[in-house]
Amino acid sequence: MSSHMDNLADRGHGDHGHHGHGGGHDHDDDDGAGHGTLKSYFTGFVLAAILTAIPFWLVMDRVFDSSRTTALVILAFAVVQIVVHIVYFLHMDTKSESGWNMLALIFTLVLVVITLSGSIWIMYHLNSNMMPMSTHDMRNMP
Amino acid sequence: MSDTLAPTLPGGTAPPPEPVFYVAGEHHPKNGTLLGFWVYLMSDCLIFACLFATYGVLGRNYAAGPSGADLFDLPLVAVNTSLLLLSSITYGFAMLEMRRNRVGATQLWLAVTGILGLGFLSLELYEFAHLIHQGAGPQRSAFLSSFFTLVGTHGLHVTFGIVWLVTMMIQVQMHGLIPENRRRLMCLSMFWHFLDLIWVGVFTFVYLMGVLP
Repeated sequence: MSSHMDNLADRGHGDHGHHGHGGGHDHDDDDGAGHGTLKSYFTGFVLAAILTAIPFWLVMDRVFDSSRTTALVILAFAVVQIVVHIVYFLHMDTKSESGWNMLALIFTLVLVVITLSGSIWIMYHLNSNMMPMSTHDMRNMP
Repeated sequence: MSDTLAPTLPGGTAPPPEPVFYVAGEHHPKNGTLLGFWVYLMSDCLIFACLFATYGVLGRNYAAGPSGADLFDLPLVAVNTSLLLLSSITYGFAMLEMRRNRVGATQLWLAVTGILGLGFLSLELYEFAHLIHQGAGPQRSAFLSSFFTLVGTHGLHVTFGIVWLVTMMIQVQMHGLIPENRRRLMCLSMFWHFLDLIWVGVFTFVYLMGVLP
């Protein structure tokens, strides 16, 4: 809502030129959201490349003996890389679109966490609560 | 939308002395479109979350068929990942050139992005064809059904992203970097980076964790 007001205020002072309105509202400028610079894209790219290379190296060279450790470490790398993508490529911050972007993102993250952890949790328990089945029954499954 | 709000100027500002006309394209409120597109991306994110959850549940149900460790070719996946990551930064370069109003350079970077995207797609299609040829098609096991659904949905997104990219290149060629095209290119930028973001989840959760013993 406040962005509408800003635009209306801009229209009121339209003769002052495009960049005449006070600072702090970068996203009402001519190219809207997503103000990346060459430096930020390069930073993001280098970080993402490193964060991609390390998990591949961990898995392909079998650095850790335990699969569980490897899985947890590469998942952590994935989470960090997703944050890097959001910050450096999607240019998300708490101020873009007056915070509505961030609000939508947080809401989605909550739903994603509920969906993923809930499904996996329930389904693993469901497996152990199934009727016992012998190997013979399993072989003759349709 | 904003026209209907016109009489409700904020209390503090003095009304303009003479009618000031709204010039389309100069103060076009792009926020609405970009925020709306962001909300669409978030809903798309939920689709992928459901597919990831499905894969998480079914990913180890091999039905006595081949497992991820038997099937996945990690060097191929690494090449695919780097193609998509490179296409992400070349799209960023296109956006930077767009901001400098250089049509030719923008088109060039868009073309490079498209070619990298096509490379990604053809490697993925090659992988799929190879799997199906080996008898590891989507009908083989629950693991492969969920694998093809998740990775295939991502591939379909990339396909439509390339269709959109080509459309935008034609639009920019015909009309130049007009505000409408800038807005569309920014939406496509979010879409393209979002696909790269989803791919981070795919190569970690599906490929790397799939080959772990």
